[in-house]
Amino acid sequence: MTALAALIRRDIRIALRVGGGALIGVLFFLTVVVLMPFAVGPDLALLTRLGPAILWLGALLASLLTLDRLFMADHEDGSLDLIVMGRVPLELACAGKALAHWLAAGLPLVVATPVLGLLLNLDLLATAAVALTLLAGTPALTFTGMIGAALAVTLHRGGLLLAVLVLPLSIPVLIFGVAASEAAIAGPLSFGAPFSILCALSLVSFVVGPFAAAASLRHGLD
Amino acid sequence: MRLLASSLTCVRGGREVFSGLSFELAAGQLLAVTGRNGSGKTSLLRLIAGLLPQAAGSLALEGGDAELTLGEQAHYLGHRDALKPALSVLENLTFWRDFLGGEAFDAPESLAAVGLTHAAHLPAAYLSAGQRRRLSLARLLTVRRPVWLLDEPTNALDTSGQDMVAGLMREHLARGGLIVAATHAPLGLAARELRIGGAP
Amino acid sequence: MKLSDLANPTRFLSLTGRLLPYLAAATAIVLLIGLYLSATAPDDYQQGATVKIMFIHVPNAWLSMFVWAVMSAAALGTLVWRHPLADVAAKAAAPIGASFTFLALVTGSLWGRPMWGTYWEWDARLTSVLILFLMYLGLMALWRAVEDPSRAARAAAVLTLVGALNLPIIKFSVDWWNTLHQPASVFRMGGSTLDRAFLIPLLVMAVGFTLLFVTLHLAAMRNEILRRRVRALQMMQARASASELGPASPASQPA
Repeated sequence: MTALAALIRRDIRIALRVGGGALIGVLFFLTVVVLMPFAVGPDLALLTRLGPAILWLGALLASLLTLDRLFMADHEDGSLDLIVMGRVPLELACAGKALAHWLAAGLPLVVATPVLGLLLNLDLLATAAVALTLLAGTPALTFTGMIGAALAVTLHRGGLLLAVLVLPLSIPVLIFGVAASEAAIAGPLSFGAPFSILCALSLVSFVVGPFAAAASLRHGLD
Repeated sequence: MRLLASSLTCVRGGREVFSGLSFELAAGQLLAVTGRNGSGKTSLLRLIAGLLPQAAGSLALEGGDAELTLGEQAHYLGHRDALKPALSVLENLTFWRDFLGGEAFDAPESLAAVGLTHAAHLPAAYLSAGQRRRLSLARLLTVRRPVWLLDEPTNALDTSGQDMVAGLMREHLARGGLIVAATHAPLGLAARELRIGGAP
Repeated sequence: MKLSDLANPTRFLSLTGRLLPYLAAATAIVLLIGLYLSATAPDDYQQGATVKIMFIHVPNAWLSMFVWAVMSAAALGTLVWRHPLADVAAKAAAPIGASFTFLALVTGSLWGRPMWGTYWEWDARLTSVLILFLMYLGLMALWRAVEDPSRAARAAAVLTLVGALNLPIIKFSVDWWNTLHQPASVFRMGGSTLDRAFLIPLLVMAVGFTLLFVTLHLAAMRNEILRRRVRALQMMQARASASELGPASPASQPA
């Protein structure tokens, strides 16, 4: 257990220090959201309506952007070899790395949501709803995106290919995330149903993600 | 404790790197793996570490911990030093000590053994190539594992560093450890030699 | 090269070489019968002759999913048994599956034009098929991104299996999303029971298209095996010429 805690601590520490990716993700999130009014016009009513969708898309892209390096950095400096040789099962180590990544890069997105909600003219309830759905849904993005990050190591290639492979897999999260926030804001549906499904998606990804990533890493080392 | 390898075959990218490689190594012995560039020295070490699949053959550590795989009882010192430039020297070392698990020793003491005490709180980014190598070596001291797999351990080290490596290896062998080292240069220790380089 | 690696594909080549002409003939016959039955099937009282697109569309849509199932089975073969033929089967199936999926999309949209008045409607079925198509393309991109086939095979196998797990979830969420955003007034095909007059030609066409897939797949697998042999031979040649030039000539080439 100390081994896993050490791994999580290390990854968070690296992400928060100079050169780490955590703050870049938030900055990217902010930039995407700020760009939206330039694309759709500064109509506040329209922005309110699109708000949850914009925030969710921004979070999706931001988490994908930072995931690229999840395993690649460890692969490049040889740490991944030693992680594979460690006594922590690789699946667990993968889950630990994903958790650390979410704490360092996913959670700040949730925290930044209220500020961005202001820019999009979302009221308190709507902002809270979006933040809550992001809190429940971004782990699913991290844990499914992790599969792509592991594939990127196998392929020695990340970036666009990763996006092409991972984005279709995150469609369900996007659907239920936006639906739950909109249900909370406007109705007529209850917030509970899509929100529980969103949580279920996150739980499923906790299982599938680490196993698929570990399988990919194990087969892909060279 | 004995490391037994029989008719190991390694295939990478559809190409056979080596085949039918057998050796036996007892506790306290050093196996120096030599051969041309590209003959598969690194591949052999990675194969023993469990980082590459064996296409054929068998590997076993007799008298080792039956609960653990061979890779989990081995240290691998590769070309890449597994250091994070953003972390300090001590943080790098304590991380690997905590992560690798098993019988662990005081990290500052290990740093002293490789002559890096003065740099303990500097970011690893400031280290020279030789110092990075020393820090990687400290990892082998701070967690005890019976098998050492060293890929060109004296790379980037000056004469005093090479002497230090020889000293560390001698101590490890004296404790009953096993070392498999891929090398070009003589290590300055009594060693059995395994020459790879049949197949191109 | 290990001969045992090639032994199995060799048997596969000779077996399929004998089998393929018969399969191709059977495919042609069943498809011809199916087309004849489709052409002579009565018009729908509501949709008129456009209903006949169904006889092409539904088999394509069925195959778009069937091919992914075949690839998933092959992916298990790659990851669990490390069978060399499994890699080949998975790689050969992807472009064929993508083609069927593409055809399902095109025929669906052609069918949609008279029914919905637009070529594209964000209908739940069409949308899921579109996502499936994207995933096929991603998989093909992954195969192309890596030079070493066995390495690509394992990565693709992981992605295929993850996709297989995810596809039902995607289907479910898109259905859910669709009911949320669209009233149920949209035309839905196949909702009611299908008349026998439509069912029989449809089944024959489905069998015909499945045979077509098997034929194309076996042929593509043969091509892939041959392509890999060419690659292996070229690599051996490159090494042979390198060792002739090199100072230290190797002792012997392992047989």
